[in-house]
Amino acid sequence: MIEATNLTKRYGEKTAVEGLTFNVKPGLVTGFLGPNGSGKSTTMRLIVGLDAPSDGRVTVGGRAYRDYPAPLHEVGLLLEARSVHTGRSAYHHLLAMAQTHGIPRSRVRELISLVGLDEVARQRAGQFSLGMGQRLGIAAALLGDPEVLILDEPINGLDPEGIHWIRDLLKRLAAEGRTVFLSSHLMSEMAVTADHLIIIGRGRLIRDVGLADFVDEWSRKIVRVRSPQATRLREVILGPEIRVSSEEPGQLVVEGLSAERIGDTAAEHGLALHELIPEKTSLEAAFMELTREETEYRAATPTDDNPAGSDRHERIAA
Amino acid sequence: MSTSATAIDLGSPTAEGHLSRARSRVTQAGVFRSEWTKLYSLRSSRYSLLATALMTIGFGIIATAATVSRWGSMSAADKATFDPLSASLLGVRFGVLALGVLGVLIITGEYTTGMIRSTMTAVPKRLPVLWAKTGVYALVALVIAIPAAFIAFFAGQAILSGQHIQIAFSHAGVPGAVLGAAGYLTLVGLFAMGLGAILRNTAAGIATFAGIMFVVPPLISILPSSIANSIDPYLPSNAGQAMMQIGHHANTLSPGAGLAVFAGWVVTAIAAAAVLLVRRDV
Repeated sequence: MIEATNLTKRYGEKTAVEGLTFNVKPGLVTGFLGPNGSGKSTTMRLIVGLDAPSDGRVTVGGRAYRDYPAPLHEVGLLLEARSVHTGRSAYHHLLAMAQTHGIPRSRVRELISLVGLDEVARQRAGQFSLGMGQRLGIAAALLGDPEVLILDEPINGLDPEGIHWIRDLLKRLAAEGRTVFLSSHLMSEMAVTADHLIIIGRGRLIRDVGLADFVDEWSRKIVRVRSPQATRLREVILGPEIRVSSEEPGQLVVEGLSAERIGDTAAEHGLALHELIPEKTSLEAAFMELTREETEYRAATPTDDNPAGSDRHERIAA
Repeated sequence: MSTSATAIDLGSPTAEGHLSRARSRVTQAGVFRSEWTKLYSLRSSRYSLLATALMTIGFGIIATAATVSRWGSMSAADKATFDPLSASLLGVRFGVLALGVLGVLIITGEYTTGMIRSTMTAVPKRLPVLWAKTGVYALVALVIAIPAAFIAFFAGQAILSGQHIQIAFSHAGVPGAVLGAAGYLTLVGLFAMGLGAILRNTAAGIATFAGIMFVVPPLISILPSSIANSIDPYLPSNAGQAMMQIGHHANTLSPGAGLAVFAGWVVTAIAAAAVLLVRRDV
């Protein structure tokens, strides 16, 4: 359990995190989602006491991280920024960390095998690929068999096999009742890994919501319709709370009506339908909508693989 | 790297895992072992320590050999002021450079690579890390510096005996001066480490260290001698070098006072580093 209360961090003039209040519960994989620079890494640094909060507090299991006699058994941490001396071997890196707690060498070797670094364990970490570096970081995080895992962008640099591996690992850790808190700037990644979402933008909490609820909330009533009488169809289905947009002639994207209602209405008016496809709003689009305020400050590049979010993209790009 | 998704094994079978969990916790001794592992597992530390020994011994040999070869043509005044002890320990002045650079790197290397984040999450109380680094480095520096100083002394005197201008180890004050040379080397390493911990940047750390040790003393000598003479002996470099002399000369401290003053500098640097380590974000 991680509990943040009014957590605030300012670096000089710049506020990195402002008034964050959230709980990360055991037994779940909680995704910490936000655009790059939104304060995810800062929050994680605050949790383990690398940085001191300017205001508010954060505890792990009811205590400040630094107050634990054996912190590596409480929290396993993988920071996005590399946290390994480039001149030291993977084995000696893990050994040095283990020795602070009196964790035996056998555990170090066990973890090297677990993350698949046996063949390169004696090589200097500076020669590692990004993926190998991530595996080393994950080994360090698991060293103390911790109750809480905090992972900053763990997928970065991993190959598809590695991504699959880490997803399964995290789910299994959560199933054992541990607290798993991982950050990402990719909604698509969270959708397949997380049970719960904490979404931030510009250092502020935007949503604290279960993944299923979030999906329900954002995936309703988006229907792609193709009709030779699209213009007429548009007129008859329009109403309050209903938005209709079009990407090409003869095609409509309807928000706010079920496929059944659209089909029935078309039948009532004798309009032909060639396609009637209920679609879920892509979570990526929902995420972009939620964090738009920040995104607007960036050079937005609309993608064409998010049809349901197309009108959102237009607004962002405008 | 072929860890299949189905082969996830978290290791630590629950019984054994919990057993070791119950026993393990952060201790100063554990952090000390960790810092020892960190030191020996880096190639740069091994090279720096080797360089310290080679320079301490090598430059003493060069200095004494040069004197022996020139002795016949040296003026009577030069002969009268020749100091066989300091000639054989001349290399210490170069050894401090290598040991000082390593002292800075022990700390700043962690900041430049990001290792410090791993270190401080494992030991979030932070200070045990500084104490362990200080202890490990002091021990390692002594283990290198004591034999290096003795070898430099005996090799130098053996060379000087060619002209019968050597000084005997049994001569009053000589054992203390040779040990003082080793102590000076060690304290220089710790002083540099303190500077590295304060500045957290390799370039700044080495520049500051070199500035204090090698640039400030000649600058002070520019001042009017009345002022310079009252500052000069208390500079870290001069106070430290007083440790490897016999008795004291004009405008230098006695070996004991030199040790006390230089140790004061070292303690001040490390104490400042300790305060900053606790207060600053990592």
